[in-house]
Amino acid sequence: MTPEIGHFALILAFMLALIQGPALFMGARGGDARFAVFAQRASILIFGLVALSFFSLMHAYAVSDFSVANVFQNSHSAKPFIYKLTGTWGNHEGSMLLWALILTLFSAVLAMQGRAAPRDLLLLTLGVQALIITAFLAFILFTSNPFLRLIPTPADGTGLNPLLQDPGLAIHPPFLYLGYVGFSIPFSFAVAALIRGRADSVWARLVRPWALIAWVFLTIGIMLGSWWAYYELGWGGWWAWDPVENASFMPWLAGTALIHSIRVVERRDAMKGWALLLAITTFSLSLVGTFLVRSGVITSVHAFAVDPARGVFILAILFAAIGGSLTVFAFRANSLSATGAFTPVSREGALVVNNVLLLVACAVVFVGTFYPLFIDVLSGEKISVGAPYYNLIFAPLASLTLLLAAVGTLLAWKKGDLGASLKKLWPAAAAALVIAIIAAIFADRARISGAFAMGLVVWLAGGALIDIAERIKLFRGPFAQSLSRAKGLPGAAWGACLAHGGLALFALGAASMSLWKTEVVQLMAEGDRAEIAGYEVTLQSVERLRGPNYEAERATFVASKNGETVTLAGERRFYPVRGMETSEAAIQARGVSDLYISFGANTSGNGWPVRLFFNPLVGFLWIGAGVTALGGLIAFGDRGRKPAKLRKDKPAPAGAEAAPA
Amino acid sequence: MKRVLLIIPVLLFLVVGVFFYSGLKRDPSAIPSELVDKPLPEFSLPAIEGFDEGFSSEELKGEVVLLNVFASWCVSCHIEHPFLMQLAKDDAIKIYGLNWKEKPGDGKAWLDRLGNPYTKVGDDQAGRVAIDLGVTGAPETFVIDKEGRVRYRVAMPITEAYWNDKLAPMIEELRRQ
Repeated sequence: MTPEIGHFALILAFMLALIQGPALFMGARGGDARFAVFAQRASILIFGLVALSFFSLMHAYAVSDFSVANVFQNSHSAKPFIYKLTGTWGNHEGSMLLWALILTLFSAVLAMQGRAAPRDLLLLTLGVQALIITAFLAFILFTSNPFLRLIPTPADGTGLNPLLQDPGLAIHPPFLYLGYVGFSIPFSFAVAALIRGRADSVWARLVRPWALIAWVFLTIGIMLGSWWAYYELGWGGWWAWDPVENASFMPWLAGTALIHSIRVVERRDAMKGWALLLAITTFSLSLVGTFLVRSGVITSVHAFAVDPARGVFILAILFAAIGGSLTVFAFRANSLSATGAFTPVSREGALVVNNVLLLVACAVVFVGTFYPLFIDVLSGEKISVGAPYYNLIFAPLASLTLLLAAVGTLLAWKKGDLGASLKKLWPAAAAALVIAIIAAIFADRARISGAFAMGLVVWLAGGALIDIAERIKLFRGPFAQSLSRAKGLPGAAWGACLAHGGLALFALGAASMSLWKTEVVQLMAEGDRAEIAGYEVTLQSVERLRGPNYEAERATFVASKNGETVTLAGERRFYPVRGMETSEAAIQARGVSDLYISFGANTSGNGWPVRLFFNPLVGFLWIGAGVTALGGLIAFGDRGRKPAKLRKDKPAPAGAEAAPA
Repeated sequence: MKRVLLIIPVLLFLVVGVFFYSGLKRDPSAIPSELVDKPLPEFSLPAIEGFDEGFSSEELKGEVVLLNVFASWCVSCHIEHPFLMQLAKDDAIKIYGLNWKEKPGDGKAWLDRLGNPYTKVGDDQAGRVAIDLGVTGAPETFVIDKEGRVRYRVAMPITEAYWNDKLAPMIEELRRQ
């Protein structure tokens, strides 16, 4: 019975959304105020209905109701209870329902707390959201219905992909979706602003927290996904430039540009068209990512089952959402006028450069991801684009971005003094130089690139610290005064400092992983020894054991260095229900570095093929990403101050700003 | 801003969108084979250890069959195997198994454990026949027509959906020819 309740709730939500969109657009045009009230309440009601639908599906998973086809295909009675629950979104249909749940949640929150927004802006934004909700609910109901029944009821399910039975994987999709879907709000705000012909500081102040929180979620989601791939897939790396990884990275790059440029709109009333375009682009890239994963146009380990009907439907949504919004942009963007002029050397100018670099990086990833598709369509040739392409182009771009990030935060708004800003940075430059020299001396290989990378890391972190020190006038007055200044510093400043500092830590991990990682592959029998990065590793024993729903081979290694000994264990698991194997790498953290061992099957009878890695400073990848996300969260807490000239209903400056909606 | 510039984003998207649309009709995992529409290279595979007979390329003529490359060391073959068992159970098509680069005994142990969907199994321990066939990895499956020509190559595990959408109609068509 419960699956039917979920199904009907979903149909009701769809019908409500179908009329909510038009009602909102009518309400925004003046019309009858009751339209607006209905439409706002509808947002909350739709969320309630979708939540009911989602939890009834989760209930079917919890009680292993195999009469539901989706549960039969993706669950099994022998699965641990928690993975039964997380299995709700471990498949295409369920994950789309989670996507819709988050989308309607954001709309409902906006409808409830949007009183601060100008009424027509709020209604138009909710109206665009309603159109997106309608499209996705239709997609679920017509092509990906998770509530279909099976008659007769099978005795047991066909199991969840064992790779997905892992805490890291169970929680990373919800975070990614919170990020992807979160960017729908800036998107809707942007389209609404274009329709009204007006984007000002008020608009930017409304959009900024949404863009920031979406960005924080996306950052955490990508980090968790990468962490999962690192310890679960047993290949010793953390990023593979897989199309689906790229699909999450592109909105992140565009979203990073967005949160920077929105600040310019808020503070300086400039770069409006650009910020709107970025808001549209970021969510568009999220949609493209969805298309990529679910249509089967690109092969990937992450891809869901190939179904052309779904692909066509999502493509239709893509055309409507992206094509529609960009068309509105083409016709309306020049009705926005900026009042804030700035010289090239200024905070604004630095942010323009930041935006250009981020978007070029995004384009590089885009081309790399879709090049195989373009070539296939044009010539029928099958090719793939691998890591060398990305490393070649991406590393210099990223380096340049980090190099300039330190300078940008120190430049003044409107008109900056580059010489003075660079002078303030001399401690960072000196520290960077010292570290670069140390790296060049002590590195056993990749000395020059290593020196450059380490110097860059220190430069960026130093720049972030100096920015704060300058703001609180550290060492230029009594310490107590600096301290009270520090307390009064806006969250946005602390957020920027932490985000840039976190980025520096992340870069430290990424650089040392790509420059100084060591790997040894060896066939080992019990008692055999291998050597890596000064460790002597012995394969002590391999034993068979049984888990709740798998059989496993557990290998125990003993590693010793300088008289200190540690024991590590890794597993290879075989899941009979799916006939699949997974591996649990043996990982021993040494500070922030990891000794990482994975092993294959003993097919020859002479021993197990063992891959040993020493991953230096790999921990900084996750720590850095976490600190960066924390910075975003702190900036999210800062709601900004009201710009003086907008405090009262003063007539808008001359020009099209006052253009009627 | 100039009006013309503002149209660029939507134009760019349209170009990309057209590629997406044409991409939908393509199958990224169907790697074209040099052998498609050509006769199978001649081979004669011995039996794997524990089995009585292998098979030769000559035996594949006469009806539409599948030639499936598998090995016990291949994880994706584990994924594919249950569906091959189902095909065998339904008597949907004859499947010939090429046991690729396998240690003596491992192939039989695997088939004993998980079931044997194959009409016959041949041993290609050195991987020579696989080279002639242009095999890039396991599992890989060739659709062979009545004249013994390769008509299609699948370089991934065959799933139920792929079978229903792609292979079953194709095989139906080949049988009618």
